[in-house]
Amino acid sequence: MALLEISDLRKAYGNTEVLKKISLDIDRGEVIAIIGKSGSGKSTFLRCLNGLETPTSGTVRIDGSNLTLDERALKELRLKVGMIFQQFNLFPHLSALDNVALAPRIVTKQTRYAARAKARIMLEKVGLGEREHARPRELSGGQQQRVAIARALAMDPIILLCDEITSALDPELVGEVLNVVKKLAAEGMTLLMVTHEMRFARDVCSRVVFMHAGQIHEIGPPGEIFTAPKTPELKQFLGHN
Amino acid sequence: MEFTFWTIISNLILAARWTVVLSLVTFFLGGSIGMIVLLMRISSSWFARNIAKGYIELFQGTPLLMQLFLAFFGLALLGFDVPAWLAAGLALTLWSASFFAEIWRGCVQSVPTGQSEAARSLGMGWYQMMMNVIFPQALLLSIPPTVGFLVQIVKATALTSIIGFVDLSKAGSMISNMTFEPFTVYGLVAVLYFIICWPLSAISYHLERKLNGSSGN
Repeated sequence: MALLEISDLRKAYGNTEVLKKISLDIDRGEVIAIIGKSGSGKSTFLRCLNGLETPTSGTVRIDGSNLTLDERALKELRLKVGMIFQQFNLFPHLSALDNVALAPRIVTKQTRYAARAKARIMLEKVGLGEREHARPRELSGGQQQRVAIARALAMDPIILLCDEITSALDPELVGEVLNVVKKLAAEGMTLLMVTHEMRFARDVCSRVVFMHAGQIHEIGPPGEIFTAPKTPELKQFLGHN
Repeated sequence: MEFTFWTIISNLILAARWTVVLSLVTFFLGGSIGMIVLLMRISSSWFARNIAKGYIELFQGTPLLMQLFLAFFGLALLGFDVPAWLAAGLALTLWSASFFAEIWRGCVQSVPTGQSEAARSLGMGWYQMMMNVIFPQALLLSIPPTVGFLVQIVKATALTSIIGFVDLSKAGSMISNMTFEPFTVYGLVAVLYFIICWPLSAISYHLERKLNGSSGN
């Protein structure tokens, strides 16, 4: 059984169909890159997978349980799905350590001591053990995004959704964030990332999904997608002629 | 009775105590009720939201003077013997609560949506998110407008003189009627209001700078 089963997922805002019947199965340990033009529905697709957007129809099954509208069930499910955002969205009033320790303490009800110990391990893992007392605004963009990754990891997710996590970074800071993601991939984390980093997608991902006009237009291993694109839309997107 | 300059001042200062007390009561009670109205206004329950909305529209959409009259004369008509201080406190509390709720709602809503998305995707419920993520940030934003409104409250207490509450304004008009020195008396009344309000603005400025230094964006 696939870890993530998405079938006939649709999302419409009024008459505008943003996602048109998307079906996709993802196995444990897969690293999937989602590429496509802006407006092709990539981010909306990702946000439907942890309930930040409510699908108009279709089903999402994560590790055997259905994503539903019920707030309680949704909370349960979100514990399994971590999300990292383009704008980091760290809590500006908390230190790096407390950003990471907050959810373990209040959501999974760990003691303050246990939550902080866990948070230290996670910050260590993203290479920021030294900066636990820093406020988000005292950190560089790349460091902030790594804290955000640590914050998601502290909830022990089985899937990590990354929504253009390097797009807001200065070019020289992209590498440090992608290295952390690479490490996670090597450890067997299941990753779904909307990304513009084609080299990264080619080197690290097991499959690449090309989205176009709200649909999965082409899907396959990176070798195939990047070297032998089949559809004219993908060829155009990749700049092949 | 002979009114020297100092008897005028000392009597005005004694009356100013009641202006301060009424302002403080309004601030604490109005702020508490305002917080409840705010929570209802932003809750996910349609019912609570609309009750809060109706409350806010009612009290912001009618003059405070009418609310004071209704609290004083209206309740008396219904057979409740309401002293002036109680009617004044009641009307100001209900009136200020509607403004606090709206001022703070603006602060809550100006916390970027990315914050609530991050909180929700970490599995936090509405209450946990509000308490740990949204309110601490909204609090910082709320200080200048809250203290600004506190100044409005102090000045609004002057209206209660109309139902016979002896605050600074009422004392001013009484003394002016006895001394025939309206310019001196009302001049002093204005100075006293300024002495009450000015430190509030200064505190607001100070707190804003201090809080901005220790946290924030």
